[in-house]
Amino acid sequence: MSDGLVDLLSILAATLRLATPLVLAALGGLFSERSGVIDIGLEGKMLGSAFAAASVAAVTQSAWLGLAAGIACSTALALLHAYAAVTQRGNQVVTGMALNILVAGLAPVLATAWFGQDGGTPNLPPDARFAALTLPGTAALSDVPVLGAIYVRLLGGYNGFVYGAALAIPLTTLALRSSRFGLRLRAVGENPQAVETAGISVASLRYRALLLTGFFCGLAGAYLSIAAGAGFTRNMTAGRGYLALAALIFGRWQPVPTALACLLFAFADAVETRLQGTPLPLVGVVPVELISTIPYLLTVMLLAGLVGTARAPRMLGVPYGRDR
Amino acid sequence: MSDPVVELHGIEKRFGAVHANRGISLRLFPGSIHGLIGENGAGKSTLANILYGSLTPDAGTIRVHGRLHRMRRPRDAIAAGIGMVHQHFMLIEPMSVLDNLVLGSEGGPALAKGRAAARATLNRYQWPIDSDLAVERLSVGARQQVELLKALHRGADILILDEPTAVLTPIETQWLFDELRALAHEGKTILLVTHKLREVMELADRATVLRRGSVVAERQVAQTSAAELAELMIGRAPAPPVRRAHPKGPIALEIRDLRVRDPEGVTRLDRVSLDLRAGEVLGVAGVAGNGQSELIKALVGLAAPSSGMIRLHGRDITGASVAERRRHGLGCIAEDRLRDGAIAELSAAENVLLGRQDESDFVRLGFVRRENLNRSVETWVHDYAIRPRRPDQRLTLFSGGNQQKLVVAREIERKPSVLVAGQPTRGVDVGAAELIHRRLLEISAAGTAILLVSADLDEVRLLADRILVICRGRITGEVAPEDVDERRLGLLMAGAAVA
Amino acid sequence: MRPSAASRRRAELLLLPAINLAGALVLSALVVLAAGADPFGAMAVLAMGAAGDPASLGYTLYYATNFIFTGLAVAIPFHAGLFNIGGEGQAYIGGLLASLACLLLGPRLGVAAIPLAIAGAALGGALWALVPAWLRVTRGSHVVITTIMFNFIASGVMTFLLINVLIAPNQSAPETVAFPEATWMPGIGSMLGPSPINLAFPLALLLALATWVFLWRTRWGFAIRAAGANAEAARAAGISVGRSIVLAMTLGGALAGLVAVNELMGAQHRLLLDFSSGYGFMGIAVAMMGRNHPAGICLAALFFGALYQGGTELSFDMPQVTRDIVVVIEGLAILFCGALENLFRGRIARWLGQEFET
Repeated sequence: MSDGLVDLLSILAATLRLATPLVLAALGGLFSERSGVIDIGLEGKMLGSAFAAASVAAVTQSAWLGLAAGIACSTALALLHAYAAVTQRGNQVVTGMALNILVAGLAPVLATAWFGQDGGTPNLPPDARFAALTLPGTAALSDVPVLGAIYVRLLGGYNGFVYGAALAIPLTTLALRSSRFGLRLRAVGENPQAVETAGISVASLRYRALLLTGFFCGLAGAYLSIAAGAGFTRNMTAGRGYLALAALIFGRWQPVPTALACLLFAFADAVETRLQGTPLPLVGVVPVELISTIPYLLTVMLLAGLVGTARAPRMLGVPYGRDR
Repeated sequence: MSDPVVELHGIEKRFGAVHANRGISLRLFPGSIHGLIGENGAGKSTLANILYGSLTPDAGTIRVHGRLHRMRRPRDAIAAGIGMVHQHFMLIEPMSVLDNLVLGSEGGPALAKGRAAARATLNRYQWPIDSDLAVERLSVGARQQVELLKALHRGADILILDEPTAVLTPIETQWLFDELRALAHEGKTILLVTHKLREVMELADRATVLRRGSVVAERQVAQTSAAELAELMIGRAPAPPVRRAHPKGPIALEIRDLRVRDPEGVTRLDRVSLDLRAGEVLGVAGVAGNGQSELIKALVGLAAPSSGMIRLHGRDITGASVAERRRHGLGCIAEDRLRDGAIAELSAAENVLLGRQDESDFVRLGFVRRENLNRSVETWVHDYAIRPRRPDQRLTLFSGGNQQKLVVAREIERKPSVLVAGQPTRGVDVGAAELIHRRLLEISAAGTAILLVSADLDEVRLLADRILVICRGRITGEVAPEDVDERRLGLLMAGAAVA
Repeated sequence: MRPSAASRRRAELLLLPAINLAGALVLSALVVLAAGADPFGAMAVLAMGAAGDPASLGYTLYYATNFIFTGLAVAIPFHAGLFNIGGEGQAYIGGLLASLACLLLGPRLGVAAIPLAIAGAALGGALWALVPAWLRVTRGSHVVITTIMFNFIASGVMTFLLINVLIAPNQSAPETVAFPEATWMPGIGSMLGPSPINLAFPLALLLALATWVFLWRTRWGFAIRAAGANAEAARAAGISVGRSIVLAMTLGGALAGLVAVNELMGAQHRLLLDFSSGYGFMGIAVAMMGRNHPAGICLAALFFGALYQGGTELSFDMPQVTRDIVVVIEGLAILFCGALENLFRGRIARWLGQEFET
């Protein structure tokens, strides 16, 4: 079996793993933004969830309890955002930023106070984490040339979260297009007044959308600390929430294009480690510090490449207020 | 006389200092069409929204079929059998007609049942609308049909229509009237909220007149006249300014074969040409949505024409910026003044600076000359009866009508050589409207060329020396203001005749 | 008796932020409790650490200087309707140009290099803000995301430069050599004891005043505020919204860049890694609390300067509460002052017996 194939498969597999938190967070953001609420707080929700999941997992030694805690934390943050944005009709961008900063400070304070380590949780033993799943028949197929390699390395061996994220994409598409909630969600982002005069509560819809945001970001954050990683470390999200947001904008707020954008970012990230130390044509060895800027440069280029502003939900970011 | 199906009693509503509804009582009878008439700002829309649950009254009761109802949200009104066709359509543009009907009556978590029910309603009424077309691709008249269908689909037997004909052509208006008569015949109750007396006379059985928030009269339509209703609406016989003929000067504004396309590529203005002389008031009449907005935007410099030419005092300004055109003497009273002509967060004095920030009167060496701004505000507050009288107050503290007066004053008192006025008195009370008309005629006599773009035929007839009719982006003909041939005017506005 | 517009505005500028801040502090106290420490004790340490002795006061003012710069850097674009999160990166690049000026021109020009270095700091910050601004105007790219990305890019670029190009010879710490003494910003804290407070502090105050004059007394400031409040109306009035956006962002970036004057030329006297870290985001809190008004920003900067200085003391005295508690207060302050600002407005209005416009 060629090394080239193994290499390619491992890059692709790494891409899928790296894309998972992005896809989950971006889908979360999709729900809130389609309902008309800007949410730049994906980063904070992921970070909060990562911390909560790791902390509870460390204390209870149960990965599932950790997951529940992560989702709960992220949902609480989402509800806070909903309260400020929908009920108080505050500036949605400022709220999102405030929550990001708050979590960035709160997590290390609590981590240090509770676990005594500088801003992180203790390393988690295998039972307190989610392990990679092996597909049935892996042992038997692992020697089959090409197809076996694909089955073992590319299709199998991931965490449940990865499969879950993949499943979430078509489910979200279906829900948006063919369910009552999806119809109302799309309507409220375009014309909340029309929705209200149709007898539907705008506020209730937006709160529900943000609950979904909290759920998905909770999954994303928990994946980072108790599945892909072995505990919470300071600033472990490292800007992924903003990359997810950029993917959402580039994907024009549709599930499938957004997911593709996430894969693109993840691919750049996966290739980055490969490039370290390897001389490229023309430029020679690119210093590692500069390579690390690739995802961010890519984001800027993606945002610059949009022709005009993509069709955002018309009332995105405009607080809905009724004169009572 | 059967029992009233809707009874409003003692409805009170205030918005801060504005007393919009003062103790209004109203009764609607089944199978009839009731007209609620009044000037802009009389409180008609407020009352309609209270009945539909979009607003809660400060006091008063609502009874439907004899039962007391607390209308806290539209959902309550819909449950009570009330439907409303709003002035500004409540439609989701990118969604299909079918989905717009389904919204709110989905019949379950999946959409299949809801969509089937919506199709049944469409079949029942047999109106010529393609149910799978996105609403944004429909004409204005068709969109209104969808609005009406929504209310009927939800089982309304009481229908409120708020200024329904504001955006319809004469033919579409007739179609709507026929439908409303048929619905009333079926037993439905219709409340027609409008300021157009002619429609009430033609369609309604009874009429209630509102003025400054109170009911001033109730009449059986058969026993009254448009003139009587007009006097009741305004409170006195209207006193229009007298237009004196004066000699017209040289051509100030020339437009040749102007074509404007919207962002989707649809031609909104189709080879329009006109000449405007100094001292002349040229009216452009037509139903709203036929290219008037695009004409104004192209003249002001906010929309680039795809072909054609505009000349201001002989100078080609087709590619010039907004600021350049203003520097060369062009002024504009925007159609939607509160959105495009004023900034509510800024003070009254700063709003005066808007559009005049490169005039040496108001800015020197980059620094704003606040004393001059304040002085201007104080003068106009007096001349135009604007309240409150403080230049440093934020514009949000002024009522809508007063905000408008300030913006109109700013543009008129700049004494531009060419003034484009879009619906200059829409949303303004009668007294202010008369003042604005008077000032427009005064600056016209002093040499300003005015292009008056308005859907209000009375206003255009009152002020204009000549009237051009616009329909679907083209000038379909010219009439003289004395021309009272309604039929010909109607045909020109519908594009059915090209003079 | 109707309250005058002026007294209403005063209440808005002072009372509302004060109460919002109180809300933030109460919640922060709860966090301290959750961390297992005594909130009152923590507050006491913070207060003492900030102003307990003249040297501490000097440090407080020195930190406040940075926050005035970054607060203004957020406020000016905010008036144009943009949220500039790029203060960190803008300050960082400003630092690069200022350092180059000091190191390369200092030996030859001496004190005359100082104004050049200051200009370099402003230029660096302005350029780093110009690209996101330009992308926003020409491509509609969201300023929040682009400026955040530019923060990360600046970090990568500067890390590379500091480790590989600019590092002082024969050392491992990623820093440059010390700037020539002639290029050091003169200290002004001699009466206050040993503290890094320097001429950058009065410079910041001066620029705050200049910002006020610019925004409320000149036509370009008017254009910026109009474009931010209602772009359509501004355009119809002949104001170039695009130009106003670019102007507002570059001015903001320039001000952020001046952090380097205080921090590098005034205190550290060398270029270090991550010297701007945290100041940019603190600027958001300062701007929100100061309601994007230069006077409010100066007061808010003073408050956060005290917090920052006090936080250092706190981490010595109460190790279970790390310096991150300051970030918590920062986040809560932005939340209360920036997003939930109307939460208490109704209650205050009723308490004062006045009608506030919404």
